[in-house]
Amino acid sequence: MDGQDPALARLIDQVDHARNYRAPVDIRGGGTKAFYGGPPKGEPLDVTGLSGISSYEPTELVVTARAGTLLSDLEAALEEHGQCLPFEPPRFSPGGTVGGMVAAGLSGPARANAGSVRDHVLGVTLLNGRGEVLTFGGQVAKNVAGYDVSRLIVGSLGILGVICEVSLKVLPITRATATLFFDWDETRALEQLNIWASQPLSMNASAWHDGRLHVRLAGAEAAVSAACGKLGGAAVAPDAAKTWWSGVRDQTEDFFSLSEANLARRECLWRLSVPNSTVSVKLPGRQFVEWHGAQRWWRTTAETREVRAAAAQAGGHATLIRGADKSSGAFMPVSDVLMRIHQGLKQAFDPACVFNPGRLYAEL
Amino acid sequence: MNTSLRAAAPSQPLREERQAQVVAALNEVLPRGAILFRHEDTVPYECDALTAYRTSPMAVVLPETDAQVAAVLKVCHRMGVPIIARGAGTGLSGGAKPHHWGVILSLAKFNKILKIDVAACTAVVQCGVRNVVISETAAPYGLYYAPDPSSQIACTIGGNVAENSGGVHCLKYGLTLHNVLRVRGFMVDGEPVEFGSEALDAAGLDLISVIVGSEGMLAVTTEVTVKLIPKPQLARCIMASFDDIESAGAAVARVIARGIIPAGLELMDKAMIAAVEAFVHADYDLDAAAILLCESDGSPEEVAEEIVRMEQVLGAAGASRIEVSRDEAQRLKFWSGRKNAFPASGGISPDYMCMDSTIPRKRLAEMLRAIQQMQSKYGLRCVNVFHAGDGNLHPLILFDAEEPDQMRRCELFGADILETSVRLGGTVTGEHGVGVEKLNSMCVQFSPAERAQFLAVKRAFDPLELLNPGKVIPTLHRCAEYGKMHVHRGMMPFPGLPRF
Ligand SMILES: Cc1cc2nc3c(=O)[nH]c(=O)nc-3n(C[C@H](O)[C@H](O)[C@H](O)COP(=O)(O)OP(=O)(O)OC[C@H]3O[C@@H](n4cnc5c(N)ncnc54)[C@H](O)[C@@H]3O)c2cc1C
Repeated sequence: MDGQDPALARLIDQVDHARNYRAPVDIRGGGTKAFYGGPPKGEPLDVTGLSGISSYEPTELVVTARAGTLLSDLEAALEEHGQCLPFEPPRFSPGGTVGGMVAAGLSGPARANAGSVRDHVLGVTLLNGRGEVLTFGGQVAKNVAGYDVSRLIVGSLGILGVICEVSLKVLPITRATATLFFDWDETRALEQLNIWASQPLSMNASAWHDGRLHVRLAGAEAAVSAACGKLGGAAVAPDAAKTWWSGVRDQTEDFFSLSEANLARRECLWRLSVPNSTVSVKLPGRQFVEWHGAQRWWRTTAETREVRAAAAQAGGHATLIRGADKSSGAFMPVSDVLMRIHQGLKQAFDPACVFNPGRLYAEL
Repeated sequence: MNTSLRAAAPSQPLREERQAQVVAALNEVLPRGAILFRHEDTVPYECDALTAYRTSPMAVVLPETDAQVAAVLKVCHRMGVPIIARGAGTGLSGGAKPHHWGVILSLAKFNKILKIDVAACTAVVQCGVRNVVISETAAPYGLYYAPDPSSQIACTIGGNVAENSGGVHCLKYGLTLHNVLRVRGFMVDGEPVEFGSEALDAAGLDLISVIVGSEGMLAVTTEVTVKLIPKPQLARCIMASFDDIESAGAAVARVIARGIIPAGLELMDKAMIAAVEAFVHADYDLDAAAILLCESDGSPEEVAEEIVRMEQVLGAAGASRIEVSRDEAQRLKFWSGRKNAFPASGGISPDYMCMDSTIPRKRLAEMLRAIQQMQSKYGLRCVNVFHAGDGNLHPLILFDAEEPDQMRRCELFGADILETSVRLGGTVTGEHGVGVEKLNSMCVQFSPAERAQFLAVKRAFDPLELLNPGKVIPTLHRCAEYGKMHVHRGMMPFPGLPRF
């Protein structure tokens, strides 16, 4: 990317100013994920001026887009060529940007099979705290020149720098899909998902909630119909299936919407990321299981301590997604040695500590 | 310590004194036999598979337990001794090359599979376990570990993590990074650390992304949790011949454009085909200018459907001959040639240097033409094999190390390939790492600010720079020297002047 570009030049000026005055900035794309992580603080730094797809060649399976590009525009451009972002990033609401998608690092229903946002990032152009525009990674799928900073940026919630441009690996849209459902309790569903996941069945997504398991198969025509035969269950009509999965992906399903009244009653939405073979997690409240058991959403009034302990016991971690009180932090604390590395990296990228303070951890 | 000592020119008496001190300190924490320091014992550790670059290490340690690794690191950290972790030494970029004032930390004894978890589809293994052993152990459960470097019978998972190694199947199944969940090990000062988790992600920054591919410069790995995936019921491979290499390159793009992601998509040129055929008799088409190996895997129905589509595309792209593997034996035979490309090159030349750059697929033909011109420019032969699906090239430059001028020309040839790759929008290394071999080329790919940022990342993990010092990220000074001839991102000085 060119530092002469007016939109980029403006951002560089703002970062220089912030550094000189040690004034925190709140890096903003579409603001659709402002609820995620710690509360935004500081002067807004708007990246939506940096927009547009810089290059896209379907036969290379790579797209490069500037950070402020609307996620919906990117997805539409890919769809025109029969391609997609296979990790199905959640959109929550319209207006989300490519930069925000990478900074939040959240992946949707297909993640357990298709991989995560992180897995598909090939390169990032970053504006660091010294006002330098740096490019890491590139536009090719195999690249081990230097440390993989472009993937370190994924999910960093902006604390290391302003994401200016991103190159992503894209894939053809799968030729066939089918959705099946099964009326099973949690234990049965989890057991069966683990068995299926260890077999070559073209399973691409699963969601269990309230006594019903949905499974999506995706792949070649022949593979999907063969797998449907093996799995059994009842089929969901294609249109209904599409609506259902996008509700899961964007969290517009009822389960995920917490009203002001819910929040006032100290109800929270938690995301537990655990090994998929974990037997049922016991917490008060209601649960929504995805990723063949590896992602478990909880609506609960349980204390932070209790939720984190349950996740840790399973070998995973818990994130407070929505809740009235985030004073103990949204993310689970890491070990002392990892926190020292976090602090060292923060120092390495943003020595004046101006970018998104407290979004990831209070001490960063 | 003693930065001054490390920086000083190697002087024999000083080094012997230092060696005696370090060996004495290590003796206190390791059992007898776990330390090698006599020259005849350390010779096998002087290089990795990039044998042209050698250094004699001050000592080699072979710990067997986590506690011993931690103790070795503590001793070295206290005394300011560089530590170079080593797996099987199959690296191709000098990543495990010793340091004159350093200790080689061989992890060869960490060779146990700790757990195969069938329900979770994971394996927990010690870092010294060989890549192929993981798949062999998981096979009875119908599972396997997908990344399959050609060196898989020898290389270790710890080395794979350090290099983010790939294999012929990573177009569809990803690189090491995509298949590793958790890395456990030690920081340079001996403190235990864990990156990632047994879940699909971990809290905080995605540190496992920088650990994978860090070439032993950020931490020492002792245990790795990898994902296992269900073994496809069937795999079949197409061998397609082409009369010219350009159409073979174009065929690759057409396969992808049709929405097909083959399980493997590899290309070999005529010279490589001849070398390989003489070495393993894989039934390759000796008349072809290039052959493509294109694999489909999955359920029998899926494979049948995909093979038909692949045959159509390859035919339309001008393949002069198409052969589909009849059975597993023939499929393995097709691959045996590809998998033996390196040793086969050893059969036709005293030495070879394997390059590893990646370029956008569409620049393939251009790149191959440039390499052809370089052969006459440097007066050396080059055979080509590559992971065409990912645009990852492995030109093998043939030379004779006994002839110093050939070695010199080979290095220039290699640097030219790498810099051309950067100019075409690619990268100097796709899977073999920078090590010592590509330090100069890193000056071309990255700006001074980018390199300074890499060095700052290194210091966030290893402030004294004791882990594998001098590798991967060139110093600003080195690049300044190199830059007298070259400029950032392929922009040559005096672009108006003719070059040859
Ligand atoms: C014939 C041949 C074919 C090859 N084919 C391929 C291929 O298809 N794809 C591919 O990607 N590579 C290939 N390679 C390269 C090589 O095998 C890989 O880079 C491999 O991952 C190296 O593993 P190793 O155990 O030999 O590591 P080593 O060579 O011992 O070390 C490599 C690097 O890893 C570091 N390291 C090793 N173990 C640890 C540890 N436990 N903790 C921290 N750092 C560590 C070392 O310091 C060094 O920097 C090939 C090599 C050969 C000789």
